[in-house]
Amino acid sequence: MKNSAGLHLKTYLFLLFIVLFAPLGNVLLSKGMKGVGPAKGWEPRGLFHVLSGVFASGYIWLGIGCLLAFFLAYMLVLTWADYSYVQPASSVSYAVVAILGLLLLGEKVNLLRWSGIGVICLGVFIVGHTHPRTTEKT
Amino acid sequence: MLELILLFLVVGAGTGGELCVSHAMKTLGEVHDFRPAALMQFARRAARVGSMWAGIGLMTLAFFSLLAMLSMENVSFVVPVTALSYAAGAIGAAMFLRERISRQRWLGVLVVCLGVTLVWLSRR
Repeated sequence: MKNSAGLHLKTYLFLLFIVLFAPLGNVLLSKGMKGVGPAKGWEPRGLFHVLSGVFASGYIWLGIGCLLAFFLAYMLVLTWADYSYVQPASSVSYAVVAILGLLLLGEKVNLLRWSGIGVICLGVFIVGHTHPRTTEKT
Repeated sequence: MLELILLFLVVGAGTGGELCVSHAMKTLGEVHDFRPAALMQFARRAARVGSMWAGIGLMTLAFFSLLAMLSMENVSFVVPVTALSYAAGAIGAAMFLRERISRQRWLGVLVVCLGVTLVWLSRR
């Protein structure tokens, strides 16, 4: 296919942005939400308390910034690549999020969870060997 | 039970939102010019597409559900289990976006889902 190598290179570059920014954003959100704590119930006062904590947390704003960068890269890559290709391919971020959770948040990640993440990455490998676009150009 | 509801919202609303955004982006066409002014013009065009706003609304709902889950569980558990959206995404892409999903891509999605199951079991 014409320009196939260029299309793949451009797609892989944007997928790299996606797998870096999304996990970092989620780890920062997790750090922020652990500080805020869970909602105690559905009463408006309790929910307002949680929401004020969310919007006052610097970690959450940093996380949102990273997720916006991820979202921008994601939207751009969707203009030329299939959704059903981009979504599974970006799942490498699941491995990155576990590594960051372990290193930055001190989470305990057991062997079964690592195995699950490894299987997810295998799925990504399989999906990565299909062509990014199956629909006609509009 | 609350965590299951939140997971349903993260997966359902998140996938629905991404499908809407994907539909909007396909309507707008491929981006060739990455200069800031051109990207701003592209964003203004995107803001005039209805499915973009529907997608943003659904993704916002998914985001706050994710925040609620993150307040209760570890990020190394929450983020991988949300990969349940892979199955929903592939089905939705085939049904609503008319993407032709090959047998190999289906196999990949299936393997990813198997991994998600193992991560879910690791919680016990």
